[in-house]
Amino acid sequence: MNRGMSTKTKAPSIWTFANPHNFMRLSGVILPWAAIAAAATMLVGIGWSLFYTPADYQQGETVKILFIHVPAALMAVNVYAVMVVASLIGLIRRHPVSHLVAKSAAPIGAGFTLIAILTGALWGQPMWGAPWVWDARLTSVLVLLFFYIGYIALWSAIDEPNKAADLAAILCLFGSVFAFLSRYAVQFWNTLHQGTSIGVSAQNNLHDSFFYPLTIMIVAHYLLFIALLLVGVRTEIRARRILALRRQSA
Amino acid sequence: MAEFLEMGGYGRYVWSSYGAFAIVVLGLVVWTLRRSAAVRRELAEIEAQRNDK
Repeated sequence: MNRGMSTKTKAPSIWTFANPHNFMRLSGVILPWAAIAAAATMLVGIGWSLFYTPADYQQGETVKILFIHVPAALMAVNVYAVMVVASLIGLIRRHPVSHLVAKSAAPIGAGFTLIAILTGALWGQPMWGAPWVWDARLTSVLVLLFFYIGYIALWSAIDEPNKAADLAAILCLFGSVFAFLSRYAVQFWNTLHQGTSIGVSAQNNLHDSFFYPLTIMIVAHYLLFIALLLVGVRTEIRARRILALRRQSA
Repeated sequence: MAEFLEMGGYGRYVWSSYGAFAIVVLGLVVWTLRRSAAVRRELAEIEAQRNDK
């Protein structure tokens, strides 16, 4: 942070929303739109993926698994990245909402990771001849799932919320190694799993007929994540309020 | 229709994938909303009790 920001007290900043009251106000406005947009894009994306995409010349109709496997795998890593950033902010700047963002993101990320692994197995069986191989990418995604589960378990194992937040945040930072490997393992090693299929530099870019529905599905996944995260954080803020009121009256 | 469901012989893999996706996503949504409703209810009760005193 540059020093100029802290001296200007009136400057609006993103940290304003680290205040639970401001967060509740802003998230209350965004949430219904995010939820509607998530549902709409998800329906359009699934409809397009299932009904209006051709079969792949190599993979046949199994390519339809792409439209749920790729967004889920993408979110598995990106949700973890959100948790790492939120945990760091929580540890360093002690903003109460930050840790709750990481906490609420965990089950969503774990869900996406599970989808990525399950759909990967269902795609690997017909195409690779095996639902699972211990290659670098698959293994790091599995370890990532264990970090998600461990993170959730750690939160629920410790009664004191501030202590739980700090310890879970530290665990989250260790897991970032595997989130990073999940994304980049295909570039470091020769893995059975294929490389990136979309992006500016990708050599084997997807054909438009796959690219558009995939893009819609990815947008739908981001919106779903935002909607679920906002509901989750709002719930956590209320749960904290319950705890505080109980302590007051005790 | 039957041809569509068959997915060129890969029907079980494609539909299982979409099924797994639907179960996990709907599970997440339902769990999130139920927990939200439960916590809201609890907070409302506590606040009502405090106002009674």
